[in-house]
Amino acid sequence: MSIYWEIFIAFFIPGIVGYGGGPASIPLVENEVVDRFGWMSVQDFSEMLAMANALPGPIATKMAGYIGFEQGGVLGSFIGVLAVVTPSLILIIALLGLLMKYKDSPKVKKMTMLIRPTIAVLLGVMAFNFFQTAYIDSGAGQMIGIAVISLILMERFRVHPAFVILGSLVYGALFLG
Amino acid sequence: MKKNKDKEGWRNLEQWHIFLAFIRVGMLGYGGGPSSIPLVQKEVVEKYKWMNDEEFANVLALGNSLPGPIATKMAGYIGYRVAGILGMFNAVLAVSVPTILIMISLLTFLSAANNQPWVNGMTQAVVPVVGVMLAVLTYEFLKKAQGGLGWLTTTILVVISLVLIKWLGIHPGIIITSLLLYALLKPTTKKEVES
Repeated sequence: MSIYWEIFIAFFIPGIVGYGGGPASIPLVENEVVDRFGWMSVQDFSEMLAMANALPGPIATKMAGYIGFEQGGVLGSFIGVLAVVTPSLILIIALLGLLMKYKDSPKVKKMTMLIRPTIAVLLGVMAFNFFQTAYIDSGAGQMIGIAVISLILMERFRVHPAFVILGSLVYGALFLG
Repeated sequence: MKKNKDKEGWRNLEQWHIFLAFIRVGMLGYGGGPSSIPLVQKEVVEKYKWMNDEEFANVLALGNSLPGPIATKMAGYIGYRVAGILGMFNAVLAVSVPTILIMISLLTFLSAANNQPWVNGMTQAVVPVVGVMLAVLTYEFLKKAQGGLGWLTTTILVVISLVLIKWLGIHPGIIITSLLLYALLKPTTKKEVES
């Protein structure tokens, strides 16, 4: 079996089974890459994961791109990313196309309305998890300080989040390292 | 002739905007796909106005109910809607390629960097900022839900969703799909159509 086919399989499966976005697919990728194909040891995988987490951008494509590159060069990298991205992308384009076509029908309006509280809860839970991580890693003082300052900058002074994020990265590199 | 040229220029500009929007999302989204949700909203709804909040909520809801990485699903769909297949490739590549390149070069040449204290410090400091952005989005969604559904229904749905997601560990996709099916199958009364 060609290595490109293996790369495709290794990332296609996490892409269609990984519910809950990129982070949910981490154990699935590990299962394929470490247990099934034996491309990396558990140690290698956790080191790669630590690095991937420290860098910006979606985690699933970072893993697919890097491991694909390690195993099959540039083409391997391309195949890995394609395998993890394409199946779910085709699905969402098809379903949203259908939804948008009927967006003025009362049923679809009702649908949109009904899911809003659930989305709010999802986002709220994510916010809570982020604050919890911050509290464990850097303590209550740092967490509250950074949160309050960034809230004021973004909501009161309408500073673009890009600058607030860059500012926090500089602050972290200088004072939290 | 000139008109065609203008049209083409406009299309190129649109592709350039898609590229810029999603390269920013990719480079600033620390902590994986979900942390990039508020960034995508900022670019797509507030800056370029490619869709309104309602449409964005639909993309997010459906994106969450489907498997696969969320950032590329959003990027791909929005790119496709704004500028077709080319826009889709453009957005997916912009959100994923730069960080993959950084990852490959860093891991190949300086794999010790992840033990550097300053790299850890950067990751730590950005986490509360993302928390705030998600909290603000949460607030906006609640406000809108209340506007359309009223306090009582909103509160009931929030409590039920919270219990199911947080304490019973039910996947949000299942809840969203059930709500969608409920709205689809339930007969609509005339009153609801008017409201």
